[in-house]
Amino acid sequence: MRNIKEGKFVFTGELEPEKTTDLTELVESAKKLLGHCVACNVTDNPQSMAYMSSLVASYVVQRDAGMECVYQLRCSDRNSIALTSDLLGAGALGIKNVLALTGDHTTLGDYPGAKPVFDLDSGQLVYLIRKMVDEGVDLYGRPIHNPPKFHVGVAGNPNADPLESEILKLKRKIDAGAEFIQTQVIFDIEVAKTFLKEMERFKVPVLIGIFPLKNYGTADYFDKYIPGVHVPKDLLAEMKKASEISDKEKRNERYDEINLEYYGDFVHEIAHTTSAAGIHVMAVAYERITPALIERAKI
Amino acid sequence: MITGERKDLEELMEVVKDFKSLAVVGCDGCVGIYQIGGLKEAESLASLLKMGDKIKNGVVQDTEAFTVIRQCDKELIEKELGGKLDRFEAILSTACGVGVQTMAAVFSDKPVFPALNTMFMGAQDREGAELYELCSGCGDCVLHLTGGICPITRCAKGLLNGPCGGAVDGKCEVGGYTNDCAWVLIYKKLKSLNRLDLYETFRPPRDRRPSIGPRKLQGGAKY
Ligand code: SF4
Ligand code: SF4
Repeated sequence: MRNIKEGKFVFTGELEPEKTTDLTELVESAKKLLGHCVACNVTDNPQSMAYMSSLVASYVVQRDAGMECVYQLRCSDRNSIALTSDLLGAGALGIKNVLALTGDHTTLGDYPGAKPVFDLDSGQLVYLIRKMVDEGVDLYGRPIHNPPKFHVGVAGNPNADPLESEILKLKRKIDAGAEFIQTQVIFDIEVAKTFLKEMERFKVPVLIGIFPLKNYGTADYFDKYIPGVHVPKDLLAEMKKASEISDKEKRNERYDEINLEYYGDFVHEIAHTTSAAGIHVMAVAYERITPALIERAKI
Repeated sequence: MITGERKDLEELMEVVKDFKSLAVVGCDGCVGIYQIGGLKEAESLASLLKMGDKIKNGVVQDTEAFTVIRQCDKELIEKELGGKLDRFEAILSTACGVGVQTMAAVFSDKPVFPALNTMFMGAQDREGAELYELCSGCGDCVLHLTGGICPITRCAKGLLNGPCGGAVDGKCEVGGYTNDCAWVLIYKKLKSLNRLDLYETFRPPRDRRPSIGPRKLQGGAKY
């Protein structure tokens, strides 16, 4: 947040703790992003998969990799009591940023029979965090001893149709006290620009979400199974062509080059012609692309 | 109205098979109107349990169908069925769970079983025969804020500040993008009413106590 406030164009990364108790790889991934990303989001049961706690992973990444984390927190799995208690825990563990999310519905994940919670939604979670941070009280106004200090962000969806309903919804989240916005994945720069224009009036920093494609399989999966966003046809075709290169090293080099070609210009244009505060790079298990991309984009 | 659907015949046969005589009691209220558990349905169920279907033989020697205007009303049950069920060993009710429990309270010396899986409060509010869940009796109605569309029930997450990120082209992530996102409906309705001010107002967390059961009400309305 300090970097953003100073007007720097920043990059944030994304780390995904999975169904494991071993965080070695995650810590290694975070180390590779040091010096390139100002912070990394740590996902909380993405797509409602029952994974390792994002709070624990955030703490370990901060401790062992020295990377500041954006602790993602979903309302799908916890009621307001559990959210409060995790937030107090996060304060004790030195977490500085929280991304407040409603979360995918439980039926989408690998525990489809679980009871969905949604006691609060993302905006209401922001409201709770603001109360804790600004007033030093809990949801019901009871004082917190040594209240936590967090910056709180929310997700935004520039691909939403109608966009107006999304912008007004973000207005609500900002009214509740959201300090920054990280967007869902965007491939089309015009979509990003339209969204940023609409958001200008709120004067809240927006980080545009991008998804570098590690290989053709990832690209194809994303295109087919992530609703609401499509990988541009030309990009997908190029990835497919690259996938036919038999030498693994050469193939990966080509994948990297395709991503750099596509996103280099994209990021450059966002950085130099829009009001965006930065880029949120969702390159899970593809950290090597981030430093190269930042260099290519000539920020 | 209260809706539900009949349990599988096999399950019902298992439940009643140890009885020689069975009264199958319908309700002319909600489930009767929607032809889920009225007299006709009670009659056909009584005959199925006695005669069986193509696959299974019947399991109860003596069955007879009855009905009540409303099975959720003790006095009506007593008035309409008083004395008529004496000869039956057990009762199978095709009413909603409220009716079944009311019957069980009236006929306290007989086993009373449910024939339906009670589902929700809803209506056929769109074309076709499908019933849609419309209200979950949350105890703190917000329809005046949402253009008459219930977010507590019709949004899969019951959100007060939707839509969530799971809405794609106006459809909800729950149910494979076949159901309308309630919040997109709310947005469109409020826009058409020129009331987007309601839509853009942040709603703080809800006090859930009015929805926490078991609930009870004093009789009589506050008018
Ligand atoms: S807001 Fe509550 S009472 Fe009103 S329709 Fe929805 S569930 Fe029913
Ligand atoms: S997509 Fe719409 S209806 Fe479905 S959970 Fe989200 S806000 Fe609710």
